[in-house]
Amino acid sequence: MYETIAFYLFSALTIGLFLITVMSKNVLYAMTSLAAGMVLISGFFFILGADFLGVVQLIVYVGAIMALYSFAMMFFDATRDIKERNTNSALVFALGGLSALVLVLMFAAPIYSENIKALYPMHESIGNAQDVGIVLFTKYLVPFEVAAVMLLVAMIAGIILAGKKMDQSLTEDLSADDEILTTKDAK
Amino acid sequence: MIGLEHYLIVSAILFSIGLVGVLRRRNLLMLFFATEVMLNAVNIAFAAISHYYNDLTGQMFAFFIIAIAASEVAVGLGILIVLYKKYGSLDLDDLASMKG
Repeated sequence: MYETIAFYLFSALTIGLFLITVMSKNVLYAMTSLAAGMVLISGFFFILGADFLGVVQLIVYVGAIMALYSFAMMFFDATRDIKERNTNSALVFALGGLSALVLVLMFAAPIYSENIKALYPMHESIGNAQDVGIVLFTKYLVPFEVAAVMLLVAMIAGIILAGKKMDQSLTEDLSADDEILTTKDAK
Repeated sequence: MIGLEHYLIVSAILFSIGLVGVLRRRNLLMLFFATEVMLNAVNIAFAAISHYYNDLTGQMFAFFIIAIAASEVAVGLGILIVLYKKYGSLDLDDLASMKG
């Protein structure tokens, strides 16, 4: 009963928030609704019994990725509304819906073939986090290490790409720099 | 009672929202947000299948998707900052320099 209520509440809120993310003209609104939608998606994971996945979703998505986005937004002008030239949006909507439908049919077809056996079955006696840990560090050890190397490469790439010429101003108009300089001179 | 189909339908709706966003957005930062929406939709589907088939493989895939999303954001935001320094805008129409 509670599961049903939670499912419908979470799904309605998530769909609404992600619609705001996709449709909004303001970067701040889009980012805030994206963060809220990700929190609600971790709620889905908790309903489904994937406790560890839900916690990772909260820490990595809501914590790390949204913090990274908000840091990056300090470089861009976030208060200004984004002007976009949207040509032929009806065609885009039709194409998006159609290709999503094709994708869903494609991926849903094998599921209903009833031939799926559990490769790494869950154990009810031990918790989800322990279960995940055992499978991750035995069966998925090599992908885990490769993912670690990938994260290291991404970190180095991020530092090198963003770190160049950090002393220069990013904004086009130099009036803000002049203002800072005049206040410095006044002191 | 909520079945696997319910979760898959929600996941499909969220995925198509993200796909519409990728297709209609012209700002690169907003394009990144739409990609995050799509990745999250796929994660819901993986977690639901993992629960209803009593199998941990779906959750493992979701973990690796989260790792990939994190590294994608790190590299992508670095590229976005470099582009903004170079062109002063993040609009895809301004950035189209190849005429083909």
